[in-house]
Amino acid sequence: MDIPEVKRISAVKKDYLIKLAKQGKRADGREFDEYRKITIERNIIKKAEGSARVKIGNTMVLAGIKLDIGEPYPDSPEEGAMSTSVELPPLASPDFEPGPPKPDAIEIARVIDRGIRESKYIKLDKLVVEPGEKVWIVFIDIHVLDYDGNLFDAGSLAASAALQNAVIPNERFGLGDNEPLPVGSPPISCTFAKFGNAIVVDPGLEEEQVAEARFTVALDENGDIRAMQKGLKGRFTVEEIKNNINRAQIHAKNIRKLLEG
Amino acid sequence: MGELIKDGLRIDGRKPDELRPIKIEAGVLYRADGSAYVEWGGNKVLAAVYGPRELLPKHMQDPTKAVVNARYNMASFSVEDRKRPGPDRRSIEISKVTSEALESVIFTELFPRAVIDINIEILDAEAGTRCAGITAAAVALADAGIPMRDIPAACAAGKVDGQVVLDLRKEEDQEGEADLPIAIAPRTEEILLLQMDGHLTYKEFEEALELAIKGSKYVSKLQKEALRRKYKKVEEE
Amino acid sequence: MMEEKEREIVLPGSVVGDAKGEKAGRGTFIEDGKIYAARLGILDRRGDYINIIPLSGVYEPSVGDSVIGVIQEAMKNMWVIDINAPYPAILTGEESPWRVGYGETEKFLKTGDVIVASILRIDEARNIDLTMKCKPCRKVDEGIIIEIQPSKVPRVIGKGGSMLSVIKKYTGCWIFVGQNGRIWLKCEKNASLAIKAIRKIEAEAHTVGLTQRIEKMLRDENG
Repeated sequence: MDIPEVKRISAVKKDYLIKLAKQGKRADGREFDEYRKITIERNIIKKAEGSARVKIGNTMVLAGIKLDIGEPYPDSPEEGAMSTSVELPPLASPDFEPGPPKPDAIEIARVIDRGIRESKYIKLDKLVVEPGEKVWIVFIDIHVLDYDGNLFDAGSLAASAALQNAVIPNERFGLGDNEPLPVGSPPISCTFAKFGNAIVVDPGLEEEQVAEARFTVALDENGDIRAMQKGLKGRFTVEEIKNNINRAQIHAKNIRKLLEG
Repeated sequence: MGELIKDGLRIDGRKPDELRPIKIEAGVLYRADGSAYVEWGGNKVLAAVYGPRELLPKHMQDPTKAVVNARYNMASFSVEDRKRPGPDRRSIEISKVTSEALESVIFTELFPRAVIDINIEILDAEAGTRCAGITAAAVALADAGIPMRDIPAACAAGKVDGQVVLDLRKEEDQEGEADLPIAIAPRTEEILLLQMDGHLTYKEFEEALELAIKGSKYVSKLQKEALRRKYKKVEEE
Repeated sequence: MMEEKEREIVLPGSVVGDAKGEKAGRGTFIEDGKIYAARLGILDRRGDYINIIPLSGVYEPSVGDSVIGVIQEAMKNMWVIDINAPYPAILTGEESPWRVGYGETEKFLKTGDVIVASILRIDEARNIDLTMKCKPCRKVDEGIIIEIQPSKVPRVIGKGGSMLSVIKKYTGCWIFVGQNGRIWLKCEKNASLAIKAIRKIEAEAHTVGLTQRIEKMLRDENG
C-alpha cells in the first residue's frame, strides 16, 4: 500500500479558499495586498558573524552569516565570494524530511542568492585579502524554524538583516581588528501566489498549498528589478506579471523601512 | 594546568558546583505538536516533537511499539568555523544515544507502528549542547502530550585543574581532564544516558556523578516550572 | 462547574494517588503502589478513578467517535482515510452508504474528498475501521473545514453542547465538530465570525468564564 506522505489539502478547503478569493477575501481576513506582521530581531547568535531572526506571521526563519578565507574564483580574482543555502529541517514542519537539500530548498536559496548578488548588496570587491590568492567567502545559511508559508520573502529578509550587522572576523584569522562587513543597499523580495483568479501577496501555508503559480521579485532601492522567479505549474498573463511588479514596488518600500529602521 | 581555577573560582567566576545560567521556555513553535527553547550559558537550542504519527515507509514500523527518532543537528553558523550542513559521525552518535535515553521513559507500547520524531536544532553552541538538547527535547515531549514515566533532565560534570566541577564551559571542555554528560529520570535518579571521555579515578567518578545528578535535578525543576508557566499562562489570561 | 474553579496541572511523573484506595484511570500508571500521571494535563477524579485530561497532544481515536476524514487514496475496494490520528483509517465499500463495485471506489470518493464517519473498530495493532452508516455520516460537499487542537474539542462543544449552541445562535451557522479536531461549518454569512469565536476558544481553552466572554464577543461583533 502506497500512502502519500504529505497530507494533501482537502478538496473542501481548496474550494473554500477559491470561493473566498472570488469574493475578494482571504481565509485569515487579510486583503489581497496585505503582508502578515513582520518582525526582525538582529544579533542573536553569538557564534555567527551576523544573524537575524525574521517572523512573517507564524513563519519563522533564522539566518546566520559565517566568513572564511578561501581562493577567489578564477574569473573574479579581485572579488570575495558568497554562498547561500537554505535548510528545511524537520523541526519546522510535519512535512519536512531530513537529508540533503531537496529541489524546493535549493530553489529558494538560489532565488535569494540572485537578489543579493545582483543588487551588489555585499561589496565583494572589498573582500580581498591577497589579490588573486585569498579572499573572504561569505556563507549565508538560512535555517527555517517554523513553516507557515512564504519562505522566499522571510529567508531573503533574514539574510539581508543578518548581513546588515555582520562583521569580518579579522581577529580570528590574525588579520587585525574585526570590521563591519561592507554592504550597500539590500534587495527586497516580494512573493505572490495565484489561485482561482486571485493573486495575493505573502501567501500563507494553505494558500501555498492551493497555489497554481507563484511569483517572486527582488527590487533594489530604486525599485529596479534585480531578480525574478516564476514557480509552479500555473500561468500568469503579461499584465499579471507587470501588475505584480508594480504592487511589489509599493510593498518593498514599506519592508525596506523595517529593515533600514 | 592551574589556569582554569583560581582561588576556588572558575574562569567565569562560578564555584565548582555551580551551573551556567539556564532559561527554558515551553511551546515556542506554531507547527510542531510540542516544542521548547533552552538557553544554557552560550548554548541556544530549539526542540520540536511531531507525533506519534504513522511511520513510513511501512517496513520500518514496529508492530509492538512506537519508534523514537531523535535527530540532533547543528546549524552551520552555530560554531566558530562554519560547519557543513548535514549529519556527521558525531551528530549521528548523539542522535542515537539521545533517542535511546528519551525512549526509556516513553510509553511506546501505546503507539504500535507509529513514530515519535524529536528534532533538536543547536543554533548557538558553547559546550554541553547534548545535555541542553535532551533537556529541551524532554520539555517538548511533555508539551506534545506524549505519555512518559518521567521528564528526563540532563547535565554534565567533569574535571578541571584536578578538581571535579559541574557543567563545563568551552575552555574547560577543551582543556580540562574529563567530561561526564548524563541524563536521568529525576524521580528515580535512574541513568538514561551516560558518556565520558578523559581521565577520572573511581573516587572522582563518584564525586562527578553525584554532582551531575544534583545538576540534573536542578535542571528538572526549571523544566517543570517552564511547563507549568506555559499552561498556567493560558489559565490566567 | 467547568468554568468555576482553577485546576491543578500535573506533569508526567507527578504522584496523583495511592493504588491501594484509588484506581488508575486514563493517562496514569502505577509504580510501587502509587499512581502517577503519564502525561501533562488536568487531574480529574471520577468516583474511585483518577484520570488525566490532556491539555495537548494528537488525536487518539476511540470506538464510536465521529470524525472528519480526508480521503488519502481510493483503492480497488476501500478507501484509506486521514483522520488526523497517528494511523490512517480504512473505509470499505460495505461500510459506505453506496453500492460500490470492485474498482468503482473513485466514482464515490476521490483523494482530497472529505467525509464525516464514525469509528467502528480498532484492533490491537491499531488498524482502524470506519463506517458511514451513522446519523451524522455523509460526504462533505460544501462549507468550510477548519482544524483545531484535538485536546480543545470538549471546550468548543461545551458542557452539554452549551458553547456550540452559543456560536450557532449568534452566527446562524450550521456546525459539526469532529472528535478529531476538524470542524465543519456551513454559514450563510458570519463564517469569519464563527471561525474567530472557535479560534478564541482554542486559544483560551482553560480560562474561567469563557462561555460568557465568547457570548459577549459574538453579541458585540454581530452588528
